[in-house]
Formats: sequence, structure tokens, C-alpha cells
Amino acid sequence: MISRIIHTEAEVAPNILLPAPADLFWSTVVFVILLAFFWFRVLPNFKKTLDARTDAIEGRLAEAERISAEAAKQTAAMASAQEDSRAEAAAVREQARAEGVAIIAELKEQANAEAARITATAKAQIEAERQAALVSLRAEVGTLAIDLASKVVGASLQNDKVATNVVNDFLADLEGGKQK
Amino acid sequence: MLLSNALNLAATMAGLSASSGDEFEPPTIGEFFPQAILFPNTIFEMNRIMMIRILIMVLLLVIFSLWTSKFRKAYKNQQFVPSRFQLMGEISLNFVRKSIAHEQLGEKDGDRFLPLLATTFFIVLGMNITGIIPSLNISGTSVIGLPIVLAAAAYFTFIYAGIKKHGGHFFKLALIPDGVPKVFLPLVFLIELLSTFILRPVTLALRLTMNMVAGHLLLVLCFSATQFFFFSPLAEGFTKAFGAGTFLFGFVFTLFEILVAFLQAYVFTLLATVYIQLALADEH
Repeated sequence: MISRIIHTEAEVAPNILLPAPADLFWSTVVFVILLAFFWFRVLPNFKKTLDARTDAIEGRLAEAERISAEAAKQTAAMASAQEDSRAEAAAVREQARAEGVAIIAELKEQANAEAARITATAKAQIEAERQAALVSLRAEVGTLAIDLASKVVGASLQNDKVATNVVNDFLADLEGGKQK
Repeated sequence: MLLSNALNLAATMAGLSASSGDEFEPPTIGEFFPQAILFPNTIFEMNRIMMIRILIMVLLLVIFSLWTSKFRKAYKNQQFVPSRFQLMGEISLNFVRKSIAHEQLGEKDGDRFLPLLATTFFIVLGMNITGIIPSLNISGTSVIGLPIVLAAAAYFTFIYAGIKKHGGHFFKLALIPDGVPKVFLPLVFLIELLSTFILRPVTLALRLTMNMVAGHLLLVLCFSATQFFFFSPLAEGFTKAFGAGTFLFGFVFTLFEILVAFLQAYVFTLLATVYIQLALADEH
């Protein structure tokens, strides 16, 4: 067996450090075919796919950023609108309160004026009635006094002129006494 | 410890039994030079390992074609959520693109050199992994031709990158670093010439090949020892127990080879990237 191996070795004398021509040939064939395959077919498609994916991811990120910025803007707009409407409501309320105050004041004034007017009317009426009563009373009291005096004094006082003077004096005294 | 003792013993016994004309066949370099199947003694000579390479090439073409059509469809439909299958392709390609190319070269240059780097990574990974695929059982990269081609591609690419960036000045930058005393310049020149323009491609190719050769030989040793201990009439009684040990060792090493397959693919691609990065750098 050993002799056979030695024999073969001596015959072929293979040196593992020296390539046989066929070894180099097939190695080169394999290498060149695979190099061309990777260079022109595999890697360009690989890179294209990866680049497209990177672009897509970056695009989506940018899109998301844009959307979130828009949402923030909308939120801000909404907040400011809310603030506006709140201020408006406050203004309306304030105005309403002021108007209410004004209305109440006006009504009070009207009521006062009305009351004053009624009071004045009543006073005037009372005054008029008092005058009327006074006039009628004066006439009546005059007649009564004349009657009374004629009865007391009798015929001596039949002279109208004197009688009238007496009565007037009496009345003047009466008024003066009343005014005291 | 016990395992390695067992392996040592197994190897010793294998040597003994072989010398006494026994059934045990230790693995030889001949493993990497199988018989020609087609076109013997021509440049098109096709053997098992070359067929494995073609098979892996076809597999890579098929898988990446499927992924590419997914990418195209996703692009056409503007469908930006990848399916699970598409995501696997993206993770695989992004490993080379982001973790290796962009990390070392930046986005612009990383994408510029990505075709070479991606091709290198997936060829090395695919060819390495066949070392542990049952019925293939040998790496497409364990014969030095392919590592040489890949290393040469990396070599010419970093020289191209340097010349494109710095013109003829590139060689001065690479060989005569700034700030070296004049006395040492010839020495530094020689060292730089050797390390940059000779050792880099050689170590790239050799590191990969030797890793795969060693891994393969170790697995063959383990499993043929297991075969010997279990089935040889010479191994009797308790020696059969060594078979279990060598089998376990072979199993563990199979798992280890998966790691090595990924690691070597990563290291090869990373070093190619670093060489390009150094060529593009303004100072060394």
C-alpha cells in the first residue's frame, strides 16, 4: 500500500504549492464568471433596492415631520381662536353688565320722575280743592256771620255798608288768628 | 487531553500497522490531486475538485440570482419591507458591504471595490464549506489554484487602487516611508518591497490553502482511524474504544471546520480590503 502511494507520488510528483494549469484555468473561469455576476447583476440591484428603501424611509420621515408641524400649527390656531372667543365672550358679558346697569338706572330715574310727577299732581289737586273749599267756606262763613250778627245786633246794623265792613274786619281777624 | 492522547496513540498504531502492511491508509497529498474525469492532461482537465468548484459556482449563481430577482421585484413594486428570504440575502451582502468594505474604506471607496470583495468573500466561503459537506468532503480552496487567482486579484486591485489615487508616487509612498533615517533607507526599502509586493499575495494564498489542507487531512485522519478501529481485524477488544474517541474528535473538528470556513473567508476578504485601504492612504 505504502509502496503504491510512494509510487504514485513519485509518478505525479504533485506539489501542493504549485498550481496545475487546469487548476488555474478552472479557478479563473469560476472567479471571472462570479465577479462579472456580482459586479453587473447582483450588486447594482442590491444597492438600488437599499437606496430606494433609504429614500422611502427618509421621505416618510419628512412627511411625518411635515404632518406633525401642520398639526402643531392647527393646534396653535385652535388655541388662539379659543382665546379670541373667550375674550369676545368676556367683552360681551361686560357690555351686557354695563347695559344692565344703565337700564336699571334709567328705569329708576323714570320711576322717580313718575313718582315726582304724581306727587306734584296730587299736591296741585289738593291745593286746588283747598282753595275751592276756602272760597266756599268764606262765602258760607260770611253769610253765617252776617246772619248771626243781624240776629245779635238787630236793626241797628241793618245798614249794609257798615255790616259789610264789620264782617270783613271779622274775617280779617279770623284769618289773622288762624295764621298765628 | 484524553482525546489527543488517543489520537497520538492512534497515529502511532496507524504508523505501526502501515509499516506491517496493514489496511490502514493514512491521508496523503494525493488527496488533493484526484484522477482526471474529463480532458486529462489538457488545460481543461476536470477532476473531482474542479467539479466541486463548478458546482459551488452554479449554486452561488442560483442563490444570488434568486436574491437579485427579489431585489428587483422589491424595487419595481416599491415594496420596502423585505421578505425573510430577501432579508437573508441583504444580511449576507451587507456583511461584506458594511462590516468589511465600509468599515475599512468608507462608503464611497467601499462601494467602489465591493464587487471584488463580495465575489472574493462568497467564493472563499462557498468553496471552504464543501470541506465538510458529506459526499463532497474536500474544499474547493484546498488546491492552490483558486487561492492564487483570488490573491492575484486582490494584489492587482490594491496596486491599481494605489496608482489610481497617487500615480507613480504610490510606489514611493509604499517603499520609502517618511521619517526614516537615510542610513536605513535601503534596508527599509527591501523590507517594504518584500512585505508589500511579495509576501502579501503569497501569504494570502498560502494561509487559505494550508488551512483547508490541514483541516481536510485532520478530518480524513480521524475518520479513517475510526474506520480502522471499528472494522479492521487487527483492532480487537479495547482498541475498538479508540474508534469512538477518534470519531468524536472528527465530529468536533467538523464543527471547527465550519468556523474555519467562515473565519478564513472573513480574513481573506478583510486583508484584501486592508491592503486596498493602505494603498489608498496618504501615508504609511
